[in-house]
Amino acid sequence: MADFTVNKELDCKGLLCPMPVVKTKKAISAMAVGEVLEMIATDPGAMPDMQAWSKQTGHELLEAKDEGGVYRFFIKKTH
Amino acid sequence: MAGSTESGKPKRLAMVASKGTLDWAYPPFILASAAAAMDWEVGIFFTFYGLPLLKKELDAKVSPLGNPAMPMKMPFGSEGFQNINWPMPNILMANIPGFESAATGLMKKMFKNKGVATVEELREACLDMDVRLIGCQMTMDVFGFTKEDFIDEAEVAGAAAFLAYAAEAEVNLFI
Repeated sequence: MADFTVNKELDCKGLLCPMPVVKTKKAISAMAVGEVLEMIATDPGAMPDMQAWSKQTGHELLEAKDEGGVYRFFIKKTH
Repeated sequence: MAGSTESGKPKRLAMVASKGTLDWAYPPFILASAAAAMDWEVGIFFTFYGLPLLKKELDAKVSPLGNPAMPMKMPFGSEGFQNINWPMPNILMANIPGFESAATGLMKKMFKNKGVATVEELREACLDMDVRLIGCQMTMDVFGFTKEDFIDEAEVAGAAAFLAYAAEAEVNLFI
């Protein structure tokens, strides 16, 4: 079990590219540095997209889980 | 971080959007919103048939006529039925009144069913994230558009101004 607490949840189920990253950016912008966002998506493209998004923005992807058609991401706001 | 250059400046995406049908309205707004979501600076230069994408009311349509790779699929029925690609010869399409608006309706429905955002929503997301939407002055003059036809956020510029912007971009795309 990961040692972080989730501060905010974002449901992107049913949404396709590019909405999961667009909504993630918006949600992260409204959070404080150090807080963790949990984002849930069903778009298989969200897995590579969120990894790229994390690399580009510098916000840390703590965990990315494939739960069989549902993808769960934990992102820590770093700046 | 990777979203900025070594000098610390954000990365930049410069795009030319030259097509205004419903299908081709998607790529510039999708790429622009994704790039902006990664904290890149983004500017889209709308020229020729891309200009109507700046209009206050979007009315982009799609035609399978002369667009042979476009699948014609039904947005309802069983999955097997939805996956059938209905072959439509140009000679037939060209003679059916209302065929284009039917095709536009089908595409919108199909996109909605699959969970794709509308072009309006994507454009709004771009504006939210400060994507610069720039109309090409010369083609506006040719096709009779004025700045008042476009959304308030739209800027107007010429080729030299766009190229100066694009010269500073890490990614340049022509769509």
